Order: sequence, then structure tokens, then C-alpha cells
Amino acid sequence: MSDRIVEKLRILSDAAKYDVSCSSSGSTRKNKNKGLGDTGNGICHTYTEDGRCVSLLKILFTNVCIFDCAYCVTRKSNDIKRASFTVQEVVDLTINFYRRNYIEGLFLSSGIFKDADYTMERMVQVAKKLRTEHKFNGYIHLKSIPGASDEIMHEAGLYADRLSINIEIPTESGLKLLAPDKDRKDMIMPMEYLKNEIISKKDEKKLFKSAPLFVPAGQSSQMIVGAGSETDRDIMYTANKLYKRFNLKRVYYSGYVPISNDQRLPVIGTAVPMVRENRLYQTDWLMRFYGFDIRELLNENNPTLDLDIDPKLSWALRNLNCFPVDINKADIKQILRIPGVGMQSAHKITQARRFQKLTWENLKKIGVALNRAKYFIICSSNQFERRDLTEMKIRQFILAESHSKYLRNNTEQLALF
Amino acid sequence: MNTLVYDGTWIGLLCCVYEVYAKKLDQIAVVSESRFMPDAFSEVNKVVSDELRARRVWDGLATRISKKAMHRLYTCYLSELPDIGSSICTFIRLAFDMPESPEQAYAIPSVLRISKVDRMVHREKHRMEAFIRFQLTRDDLYFATIEPDFNVLPLIAKHFKNRYADQRWLIFDLKRNYGIYYDLEVVSEVIIDRTGAEKKGKNIFSDDEPLYQKLWQEYFAHVNITERKNTKLHLMHVPRRYWKHLTEKLVD
Repeated sequence: MSDRIVEKLRILSDAAKYDVSCSSSGSTRKNKNKGLGDTGNGICHTYTEDGRCVSLLKILFTNVCIFDCAYCVTRKSNDIKRASFTVQEVVDLTINFYRRNYIEGLFLSSGIFKDADYTMERMVQVAKKLRTEHKFNGYIHLKSIPGASDEIMHEAGLYADRLSINIEIPTESGLKLLAPDKDRKDMIMPMEYLKNEIISKKDEKKLFKSAPLFVPAGQSSQMIVGAGSETDRDIMYTANKLYKRFNLKRVYYSGYVPISNDQRLPVIGTAVPMVRENRLYQTDWLMRFYGFDIRELLNENNPTLDLDIDPKLSWALRNLNCFPVDINKADIKQILRIPGVGMQSAHKITQARRFQKLTWENLKKIGVALNRAKYFIICSSNQFERRDLTEMKIRQFILAESHSKYLRNNTEQLALF
Repeated sequence: MNTLVYDGTWIGLLCCVYEVYAKKLDQIAVVSESRFMPDAFSEVNKVVSDELRARRVWDGLATRISKKAMHRLYTCYLSELPDIGSSICTFIRLAFDMPESPEQAYAIPSVLRISKVDRMVHREKHRMEAFIRFQLTRDDLYFATIEPDFNVLPLIAKHFKNRYADQRWLIFDLKRNYGIYYDLEVVSEVIIDRTGAEKKGKNIFSDDEPLYQKLWQEYFAHVNITERKNTKLHLMHVPRRYWKHLTEKLVD
């Protein structure tokens, strides 16, 4: 018995790991019934050897699938071991892992067996059992199955903290090529439905405090990076649309790990585009928290992100006319646009300058990355960059002084060939 | 220079501030008894812990700085760093002497120091919330041992009480030799007599315990994507000193 469950867990966690979402934050579920668990800011309970956070028990319900998407390990034409959990097995695993403080909750996805509704219903059963029979208030993330009906999505929303549906391929043409069985409409529809439900349930909650929670941590999605020929601009414009149109909480970018000899895809052994993935996340952050419009960062003239330097620096170099910024006077919005100044430093700067004018020394201690920032600011000092440097020059200076965190990884990969 | 020596308690530390104002001291260094080393150049003041005096300092402080800043000072105290007593006292004196709260004046060294140490301790607190691994004993107690860099047990009690409201648990700090125990109603501090614990150790855990540890180890191994191996990042997030208490890292 115990050997069988170990085997199933191996197979079904292996199949689920390409879904990069690990977030367990953003929900408001509290432990009010003296039951088990609560949610909060999210905790990463451990990190795998690839450096990714483990906060949820991330598994597939089954890896049996009727679809044949080229980029997916679980595709029906792939010759791999198949397995399925029972509802009770998933419940037991979740509860026992949670009680030992291994996890923040469950992230349940599934291959599609029979049809969308049938699959989704099984997943909802797990969530329902956890919530009602075990008084479980931990985090539950359910994957929406494309094409699932509104009724079943509604029920899922009553038990889950987050629901997500992966777009995977940023463009419609790419999707046709790589996932011929999938219809983009089937992914968009549940997203649209949930968005409207979430809004109306929120209004309801304002009127009646006792109204049940409905997907309190919202929806998210994921796109694969580097499987097809999409540019960074395609990816980020799609992400922007998802944020704006469906109020998504997060879009994840997953560097494609070659798992197939399919000619439509990069061959096995191709390096995972990790730097590109990182630059996309940085762009995503600039767009959501730093007040950038996506068109400033990516546009017709600049459809791809610079891999050597971060997207904020890249933008600053293209817009030298916006600088230098006076640290002691400028608005926080302007300060946030300085390369090398993060959210924390920006706030510290605007708070500390009320007491005294800030010098280079102060900025350094506060945590500003001066190697980048120094070309773009003036502060309380008569030492500042006086030379009229060109975009190229600044770029060269910064690159010469810094050592990219990816450089070492890259040389190691090259040495293989 | 005056050296104030206190007994290492939070009350004792607050009394140092009282002493500064009572005796009108200027240049001070604050050090706990256990760390005190006499030297020839400074005058030594032994500070007596007095709850009323500490209360006066604390209440006075409440009128000068925010609740958050006050909590930050206590968090810094839990860091047990050798020089932290001096930084805390300097900060409190600033709070009494400046026209407005210094808590955001990050250009002043002691203010920045408090903010940084607070973050360090807070991070350790967060790590413990993540890295604690309970093992279920035969008498239905979830038991964990830890060796945190800072004394964070007082900071994590609430989190575990809220989360595991329906299970009895005990978290024991091996470094500081005390623990916190939740009996389904309240959390209390406990000291255990550990002599002989090693001998009995083997049989105290429930029958299912090895299975769930094994499952967790398997899960940990299989969610990893080998093509993305990044040891540096892994070690940054899970430094080696924590491994001996992490079930998933105890595979040979």
C-alpha cells in the first residue's frame, strides 16, 4: 500500500513541476473555526535544487490525458508511466503534509480524462472534502480545466483560494501549431466568467459580511517562454491584456524545458532560457509596481528585452533626457524609475530626506545599487557625473563593473559542447 | 565614557535608558553581564533591573514613536547581538531628544542599524515559520527542534497558534534550551529535562511518521527540474546550517 502511494506521488509530482506558480499569498482565509490552517503572506517552506520555491503540494490528480499538446510531458502520444490518485489519497497527503508544516496548501492540476467537466468535478471534490470534512483553511489552488462549465467553475470558486488556467502559448497562431486540440476560446471563457463572478461576489461581501469567500486570491495564468517564435513584446502585451481584461493577480513565465523530439520545438538539450525568463519577470514587475506602461519598455523599435542589462536600465539608457534626477527633491514616481533603486530604497529615500539632505554615503547605506544609479542621479554632493556620456558609454561602464549573476551558469553550459 | 552593564533582560535594557537620564550621562556603551569585559578607560555602572523604571521608559516612548517602531526595538533586542544594547539605547535617546520620531531618519547610523537588525531578525522568524518540521509522536504531539540564529520563539508563537489551532505542538530551541508548547488553548514556555531523551528517542514517534517523511522526501526530489539546476540559488535560500532539521535534506 505505502509503496504504491510513493510511486504515484513520484509520477504525479514529476508531471506537475513545469507549472511554475508557487504563490500561496493574497488570500484572506483565516482559521476562525478552530480548524486546521490559515492563509497569509505566503511562505516558501523549502527550495528545490534548481532554486525554486516549494510552498504548495503541487501534483496532478492524474496524468492520463486525451490531449496531445506538443510542449507537455503528459501529452497522450508520450510513452510514460500513467497514474491517478483517488480523492481520499490527495486529501490525506495534503492534511498530513500540512500538519507537519511542510506546505502552505495544495495546488491541484490534472490531465484531462473523459471530458473537461468530469475532470474538474474530481478536483472540486478534493477541495470540498478538505474544506468541509477536515475544516481545512490552508491555501487551495485549483487549475481550471479548459472548457469546464460555468456551474462547476462556480463550485470550484467556493472552495479554492485561487483558480488558474494556463494560456501557455502567447499567440493564437502558436497555439494552433503546438496544441491543435486546444481552443483559445475554451481558456478565455472560464477566465471571463470567473472575473465577473469575483467582482459580483465582492460586492455581495460588502453588503453581507457573512457571504462566503469566492476565489479570494484571484486568478493567475502561465505562458511558456522559448517554445515557439514569440517575441518578448508578444508575451508581455498578452500578459498586459490578461492583467487588464481579466484582473489577473499574476502571470507566470516558464522557460521551456525541452522534453520532446517534436520538430516544432527546440531539441532536447537546448538550454532553458533562464535569463530571458528573469528579464520578463523584471518587466512584469516594472509594469505592475513601478508605474511603467508596457509600451515604454517594449515597442515596435524594441521588440525584445536586452539580456545583458535589466529592462529598467535599458529604458533609462534610451531616455537619457529624463535624467539626472535629484534624489533630494524628485517625486517618488521619478525615483522609482532610476536604475538601481528598488521599491524599498525609494521609500527609505523619501522618508529619510525629510530629516536631512542625502549624500552618496547615505544612499549606499540605504541600499541603492550605486554602480548603476550614479549615472542617473544628483544628491547632496558636488561630486556627480559631469561628463556628457552617451548611451553606449554608460552601458559599457556598467557592464565592465558588474558581473552578471548568469555569466557563470552560461560558461558552464557552453563548456558542455 | 560610561559603560552600563545590565542583566541581559529586556527590562534591564530599558533601565539603562532610565539610568542615562537619572544620572545625566552622555557618552555611553551598553553591554550585558555575560558579555562584559572590564577595561581601564571607562566608568562602570551596574544597572539594576526594576520593572517600574522600565515601564516609565516604555510608556514615555509610546508617546514619542509609533507602535511599529516600538515592536522593532523589541525585535532587535531578540537578536542578542553584542552591540545591540547600545544601538537600542541610542535610538531611544534620539526618540526623547528629537522634536519628532527618528524612526524614518535613515541617514542616522543607529536608526539605520535598528531597521537593518529588525529585518535580520524578522527574516529568521520567517525562516523558522518555513523550516520548522513537525514529527508526530505516539501521544499525538507534533514536535520540532530548531537552532535559530536569533531568539525568535517569542515572535513565532502567534503564527503557529493560529495555524495549528487543532493540534498540540511543541517547538524546542536547542541552542537556548527552552521551548514553546501549545495545549489547544494557550501557548506557554517550557523547559524540558533532556537527560536520557536520546536513549528513548527511537520509539516515541507514531507509526505513520516514517511514511510521511519518506513521501515528503520523494516529493522534494521530484518537483526539482534537473535541467535548471542552480546550486548557488538553492544555498542562498536554504543555507546549510538549517539542513540538519529539514526532513527533505536528511536523505543519504
